[in-house]
Amino acid sequence: MDVLTNLLHGFASALTLQYLLLAALGVTLGTAIGVLPGIGPALTVALLLPLTYNFDPTGALIMFAGIYYGGMYGGSTTSILLNTPGESASVATTFEGFAMAKSGRGGAALATAAIGSFVAGTISTLLLTFVAPVIARLALLFQPADYFSLTVLAFMSVTALVGKSFLRGMVSLFIGLFIGLIGIDVLTGQPRLTFGLTELLDGIDVVVVAVGLFAVGEALYVASQMRHTKEEILPVKSRVGMTREEWRRSWPAWLRGTLIGFPFGALPAGGAEIPTFLSYTTEKRLSKNKAEWGHGAIEGVAGPEAANNAAFSGVLVPLLTLGLPTSATAAILLVAFQIYNLQPGPLLFQKSPELVWALIASLYIGNVMLLILNLPLIRIWIKILAIPRAVLYAGILVFGTLGVYSISNSFMDVMIMYAIGVLGFFMRRYGFPVGPTILGVILLPMAEAQFRRALSISQGDPSVFFTRPLSLGLLLAATAAVILPYIPALIARLRRKPVKVDRVVFGDGQED
Amino acid sequence: MNRKLNVFLSLALALAFVLAACAPAAGSAVTYPTETINIMAPASPGGGWDGTARAMQPVIASVTGQTVQVYNVSGAGGTVGLAQFVSEAKGNPHELMVGGLVMVGAIQTNKSPVNLTQVTPIALLTAEAEAIVVPADSKYETLQQLVDDFKADPTAISWGGGSAGGTDHILVGLIAKEVGVDPDKINYIAHSGGGEAVAAILSGAVTAGVSGLSEFTDQVEAGTMRLLAVSSEERLAGVDAPTIKEAGVNVALMNWRAVFGAPDLTTEQRDAVVAVIEKMHDSPEWQQALETNGWSDFFKSGDEFDAFLTAEITRIEGVLRDIGLIE
Repeated sequence: MDVLTNLLHGFASALTLQYLLLAALGVTLGTAIGVLPGIGPALTVALLLPLTYNFDPTGALIMFAGIYYGGMYGGSTTSILLNTPGESASVATTFEGFAMAKSGRGGAALATAAIGSFVAGTISTLLLTFVAPVIARLALLFQPADYFSLTVLAFMSVTALVGKSFLRGMVSLFIGLFIGLIGIDVLTGQPRLTFGLTELLDGIDVVVVAVGLFAVGEALYVASQMRHTKEEILPVKSRVGMTREEWRRSWPAWLRGTLIGFPFGALPAGGAEIPTFLSYTTEKRLSKNKAEWGHGAIEGVAGPEAANNAAFSGVLVPLLTLGLPTSATAAILLVAFQIYNLQPGPLLFQKSPELVWALIASLYIGNVMLLILNLPLIRIWIKILAIPRAVLYAGILVFGTLGVYSISNSFMDVMIMYAIGVLGFFMRRYGFPVGPTILGVILLPMAEAQFRRALSISQGDPSVFFTRPLSLGLLLAATAAVILPYIPALIARLRRKPVKVDRVVFGDGQED
Repeated sequence: MNRKLNVFLSLALALAFVLAACAPAAGSAVTYPTETINIMAPASPGGGWDGTARAMQPVIASVTGQTVQVYNVSGAGGTVGLAQFVSEAKGNPHELMVGGLVMVGAIQTNKSPVNLTQVTPIALLTAEAEAIVVPADSKYETLQQLVDDFKADPTAISWGGGSAGGTDHILVGLIAKEVGVDPDKINYIAHSGGGEAVAAILSGAVTAGVSGLSEFTDQVEAGTMRLLAVSSEERLAGVDAPTIKEAGVNVALMNWRAVFGAPDLTTEQRDAVVAVIEKMHDSPEWQQALETNGWSDFFKSGDEFDAFLTAEITRIEGVLRDIGLIE
């Protein structure tokens, strides 16, 4: 088979001692920088990219893959241990990840994240190797109307995440929408909700919102409770790996996360955030021990972590086959290609096959390297949790501030983060779930833009959402997503048997 | 983060300077540069302005013997960076900023409190032509056909391109004006990134696409898009397409990039900076950088650039007013 021969050539050029050392170096550096909150994989790669200038293209790409996987994993580490996501794609990880860390199972959370990333990375790289051209052609079928319907489907699938109280959930969601709408409207170029501030014209970065809501909000909340609660020493069980039970529960979550993440990543306007939320709610719906959610359910870490890793390989599909950079990381990767005078695009596979296959081979190598280097490191990371709470949360604030400042060297971002942190504190204090806010920031502005694009193209004819088969299908699926959870209850009611409706509650933390 | 690296680098290099300063200096009337030159790229890493700044960096360093640093201040079409540059660089000839056509538009659409008259124009560096494409299976074979339908029913033609009020949008506005279509009727579908716009064109969602030529080159070569026209004054070497002018619409537009100096420079300071940039332009390294990046040389410095800039500001303002982005 042609693909296999090419791949083997790729491995042949990638598997030398020098390149393996570069991969190891990349993973180590990537992890080290990626653990700074606010610094996600894209920024990590951008920062370390100059290091790769000194190597030949193959060496640079291998190091790049290492840095990327390291940065990605480093970001999950802070989500789990510090409740501080390094990038929007690891926001969903914080919900159960931090809860696990608080209950002394940080080691297992980190392990499932690392192994899940490895599993998802490997499977999705296999998909990239064998079905990239097909997937790319399918992804191109999506037009604005279809994207809108896709966001409706995504939204309906995670709608149960508004929590126990519908009203509170919706308030939280609309706070997110408000934050998401700040900035220049992409379609008309007009500023919205910027109050004349130039700094707000580009909107508020999701990471700023996430670090504010989660890290700062949580720190303030914990501080406000300090005098009322006794300092509980977090039970750091020094066991690092996962129990047989945890393995059993992680496996299906990894696989489902991968299958959700990859196609979303491949869509030119899909992104890596939505699949992590979808994976989270899928796992929660399927979970047998729902009581555990909110207190550290391992599936809630395994699924989203697999999904965001798979989404990265997905992002490479349009990049390598069509030349479309569809995420921040892909844009940086494009720069990396251009350094070597390569223009990713429809002709890349013909023009420089050696390099493409070396890149794909190096993805496999980077993945393995990550696992080998990081599993032993977990032992060190979880020591962070032994730090007394006052000091730990002070540290979280320092790192969060540093991370947010470094996104765009903007002091304004830091101020906004703290303002959102205060908001997050009050939301926690009065029992509003913070998860929907993040969803509102990410999903609703995207839905709005695609909705208006679709109507603009159809010259105001709304039937476009129902006449395009793809869009219609997605809308029908969305309807099903809303109705299905209620069907057992409906049937039960018809049979006059009282059954508790099984509603999914999402990221609502402690409510008092 | 960049800044942190910068701090580290500047410390390291400061040491180098101290050592270098011990060597006897050659006497000359105007000594410039005397310290590290900082170039602001008012956009995030990876874009055209960032690329321009980073291409200038080693060349200026080699022609002056001074260290050159690049830093990014992204946001709002460069106006966030411009505001910072105006307030912090004042009177300092060692501070430079890259900018271009997009910034001219952004200043007006964002009602930016600062504008390009507050900084010192140094030199125009590069320019890229815009391209108009249709998907390969489109019925349009020539720009005339597209423009005919555009004239007959303006809103039926959807144009996909980059941000609202950006170069791509401005080009469609200029075309509409020239062929007598009410620019208010343009059905322009803005996208936030080049990749998104290309995907929209390939998916057949929009009738035609407008963007920088380089965004489309590979697609055209691969046969997934048809290149109808380019926006340069004259035909481009190696590009098999007529200009918009040849296609019967009297419009030309180049997406130019330039370098600006700090506000309130004295004439001597400005001339000294211009001299350095001219030296940079004349060096073989810069010519090599142009070729590597596929940029056309569009060099104009001093008064010639001043006149060009004033004309562009007036022209862009007119179009933006016509398409309804500014009152």
